[in-house]
Amino acid sequence: MSEQQIAAQVGAVAAEVGPVAPMPEDDVPEGTSAAGSGTPAAGADGFVGRSPGQLAWRRLRRDRVALVSGGVLIFFILLAVAAPLVARLYGKGPQERFPERLDRNGFPLGYAGVSGEHWFGIQPGIGRDIFIQVVYGLRTSLMIAFTAAVLTIALGVVIGILAGYVGGWVDAVFTWVIDLALAFPFYIFCFAFVPLAVNQFYGPRDEVSPWFRPALLVLIFVLFNWTISARLVRGQVLSLREREFVEAARASGAGLGHILFRQLLPNLWAPILVTFSLNVPALITAEAALSFLGIGVLEPTPDLGRLINDSVRYIRDVPSFTIVGGTTLFLLVLAFNLFGDSLRDALDPKSGR
Amino acid sequence: MLRFVVKKVLLALSTLLAVSVITFGMFFAVPNNPAELMCGDSKNVCSPERIEMIERRMGLDKPIPVQYGDFMRGIFVGRTIGSGETARDCPAPCLGFSFRNDEPVAGIVGRTLPVTLSIVFGAAVVWLLLGISIGMVSALRRGTAFDRLAVGTSLVGASMPILLFGPLLLIGLVYETGILGYPRYTPLTENPVAWASAMLLPWFALGFLNSAIYARLARAQMLETLSEDFVRTARAKGLAKITVYGRHALRAAITPIITIAGLDLGAYLGGTVITETVFGFTGLGKTALNAALNLDMPIVMATVLLAAVFVIAANVLVDVLYAVVDPRVRLG
Repeated sequence: MSEQQIAAQVGAVAAEVGPVAPMPEDDVPEGTSAAGSGTPAAGADGFVGRSPGQLAWRRLRRDRVALVSGGVLIFFILLAVAAPLVARLYGKGPQERFPERLDRNGFPLGYAGVSGEHWFGIQPGIGRDIFIQVVYGLRTSLMIAFTAAVLTIALGVVIGILAGYVGGWVDAVFTWVIDLALAFPFYIFCFAFVPLAVNQFYGPRDEVSPWFRPALLVLIFVLFNWTISARLVRGQVLSLREREFVEAARASGAGLGHILFRQLLPNLWAPILVTFSLNVPALITAEAALSFLGIGVLEPTPDLGRLINDSVRYIRDVPSFTIVGGTTLFLLVLAFNLFGDSLRDALDPKSGR
Repeated sequence: MLRFVVKKVLLALSTLLAVSVITFGMFFAVPNNPAELMCGDSKNVCSPERIEMIERRMGLDKPIPVQYGDFMRGIFVGRTIGSGETARDCPAPCLGFSFRNDEPVAGIVGRTLPVTLSIVFGAAVVWLLLGISIGMVSALRRGTAFDRLAVGTSLVGASMPILLFGPLLLIGLVYETGILGYPRYTPLTENPVAWASAMLLPWFALGFLNSAIYARLARAQMLETLSEDFVRTARAKGLAKITVYGRHALRAAITPIITIAGLDLGAYLGGTVITETVFGFTGLGKTALNAALNLDMPIVMATVLLAAVFVIAANVLVDVLYAVVDPRVRLG
């Protein structure tokens, strides 16, 4: 799946979410509409009124897969956020080298250089500590993926809501633009775009600013991915706009902005949340792939994809290096996907239980 | 029906045109001078005269819209690139010459496309057969150990990046055990056995990972179909299980899978660059990557266009096929 256009994957999953049951706010007892917290108000005949958010939260809490994958996610995110702290406690920085731990050919001493000092061993040739590289790599991957996912969703939601509600030629243009965006081969376009952009802003011998490539990646991801969430939102809005509450708002003279963001948007948060949670792992995979290919994040910025790229050169002699980097990436993506699946089940009112 | 097809094709052509204009514009709107790139990074070699000579030779001295027109015409009828004594003939389908080594781009594509085709079609056979059969058995034996194992494996497989799976296969099957040799591409026409044995690793890597997604899909589709009335009717009138499940149910369940397979194929034909890189093949994707790193724009341009053609053609085909297969699709 990693090579598939991320589009296809997220799109397929998101499509399964289907139309979410409408959540007219007047159904919910006063004060319980907030997701999660608050004791549900007990009705007179023993029924307990719960908001959809509360129902979802209860389902999620009872789902063992969600708990485990959520725990793993929190662990990874904490590790990434606290990377400088981890580096201080661990006593080694991401750029620090330990040439004394390598033999004359640049191979680490002992088994892959693993020791109490260096938990995951030493990078052959360059002599950096692998554990701290992985920690900082997580930071880069997560930062790029989260930023891109947030921007993607924001852009997609605004355009999707607008196209779905306004319809007409706006919608026709929008559909065509989506087809266009889907026709661009993602990876090859990145190959073409990134070196050109770098070349455009920097001369061949200039120092490229360390944030430039990550920012470029975020830009490309947003450019390619907004169509997925936009299409999803558009589909939902197409059915929602015919409903009474929208008509009521229109009849009482609400402006376009009010209808779009105050009336329609609150009914869309479930599919948006699911799309977001499944978009992040797809973006992590794509980012790692690009950095693996030498198009994304480059030396000296620590990154999981780049680390795997460094490691495959030594795959014959130090296979553990490749396995460590790849497994971290795999666990991260797996935890996100499992959690996203659980979230989808929890938010789906049809999934009973 | 004809109207529907024509409309789809026209729409696809307009998309393709837009892709070509955007790609062309992107490469030539940037102020980097391709002629400067072409004479290389080596300092001081690029005298203004030499740059001018290269520009004339590549036809880069003309206005950009004219260059675009020439480029597009060259694809269909061929053209002559450059003028005067440096003019070169470039027969259709002309995609220009590489900035770096002057090789005709059409030749490069012709050499690398078969590699990608071999990988993708072989892998597609693996993932369709494996995915659909596992998904189907899983749905029929719902809740059994097999089902749980299949669901678990496909969950894990769908998250496995080929960045890890490919190297793991290499470590497990090539470097540590020597069961397989490191793959070396041999054209199918030259030696079919060597071709297939080189392709085993990429077929398995790509096919297995994708089959995880297809197994999940096939299982869900099959479960839905099995609960439909026509399946019960078929069973009730006494048809054998194998006929009901293998023919009636499978045919209904498989349609959406074929749709997605078509789109996936289109996307992959544009290049399976990671698979190619991991296993050391020079296919379309790898060629595009190398060309892009060298800023060799004619090659990149050609690969972007070719990949877009694959994606768009797959889209049209799937749309039309869907309309043919499923009478509920409204044409319009």
